[in-house]
Amino acid sequence: MDKVLKTAQAGTLESSDIVVTVAPCDGDGVNLELESIVYEQYGEVIKKLIYAILREHGVKGVHIKAVDRGALDCTIKARVLCALMRAGAINSEEVAL
Amino acid sequence: MKLRRSMLFMPGNNPAMLQNGGVFGADSVILDLEDAVAPNEKDAARLLVAEALKTVDYGESEKIVRINPMDTFGKQDIPVIVPCGPDALLVPKVQSAQEVKEVSALVGQYEKSPGSIKLVALIETPQGIAEAYNIARADKRLVALALGAEDYTAFLGAKRTKEGEEIYSARAALVNAAAAAGIQSIDTPFTDANDDEGLNEDTLKAKELGFKGKLAINPRQIDIIHDVFNPSEHDINWAERVLEAIKRAEEEGSGVASLNGKMVDAPIANRARTIMHLADKLGLVRGNEHE
Repeated sequence: MDKVLKTAQAGTLESSDIVVTVAPCDGDGVNLELESIVYEQYGEVIKKLIYAILREHGVKGVHIKAVDRGALDCTIKARVLCALMRAGAINSEEVAL
Repeated sequence: MKLRRSMLFMPGNNPAMLQNGGVFGADSVILDLEDAVAPNEKDAARLLVAEALKTVDYGESEKIVRINPMDTFGKQDIPVIVPCGPDALLVPKVQSAQEVKEVSALVGQYEKSPGSIKLVALIETPQGIAEAYNIARADKRLVALALGAEDYTAFLGAKRTKEGEEIYSARAALVNAAAAAGIQSIDTPFTDANDDEGLNEDTLKAKELGFKGKLAINPRQIDIIHDVFNPSEHDINWAERVLEAIKRAEEEGSGVASLNGKMVDAPIANRARTIMHLADKLGLVRGNEHE
């Protein structure tokens, strides 16, 4: 599985969390949109992290919107994986590895 | 034996709490996937706790994950959580030895180092109390029984009070079962986080009954719980005198030690050694402070 099959979301707007929404898009590209309270300092780092997670799991053809409230890397990773799992792009066995 | 005076619950789907869990000084932190997480957020919490286990520094605190019962989401929790290396799993609503064995077998399929992950059984029903001894000796991974009195009293049809008379028999049964099996017993949490005096009294009651620690639902509760379970200066002085009396008797070639005219028998000697061991571990012994 490497395609996002439907729109899905994970996370909250609480402090230290991030809301990640994924949706299918045409082609194999990745369209990433990020809002963050620390965009100036960490925007590029967060984007790199999200791209790396997608690459690691071979996910393509996805539109991602992330609204960050100061989440640490581990939280960003957990929320991206959860949104992808809910969208049918990865399964729980892949996540456990 | 690992100190488990305080075991602090942290909601499993709350990043802010999970990332700060190590700063409160609890002997154990319990990352909770069960009651603190709504059914439609179980998948999100499971992933968040898994990532927290891999990256968050919980310092000296033991990392425990409360999984869901095996008949709800427990079988999905174990394959994701266990490879991330928690120190132990807290298994809720345990009612039989078989349930502990089932969890242990599934943990064995996913853990990296065989036998490394411990289990704590949370006993929350009258049936669980009735089976406590069989549960306590069900599996070698099991290191403690813990009491969950809110669910227990609901099953019992009794009103839960701060005084706790309604859980006296359950507490006594659980402490005895755990002691008979050679594992620890952990008391139910005190649920009013704003009543320090009530917490102190409730914890004293638990200690007097023989509990080795207490579940906590708020970081503010940890210091009070530790103060109760730490040996007092009086306890330490007494234990030192007992051990001195034993040493003196040995030096004099006498088989029987006595203190203040009373014989020091094996249970008293053991109690004194336990107190000194605990005091030593906590740096409370005079002339033995860490620099």
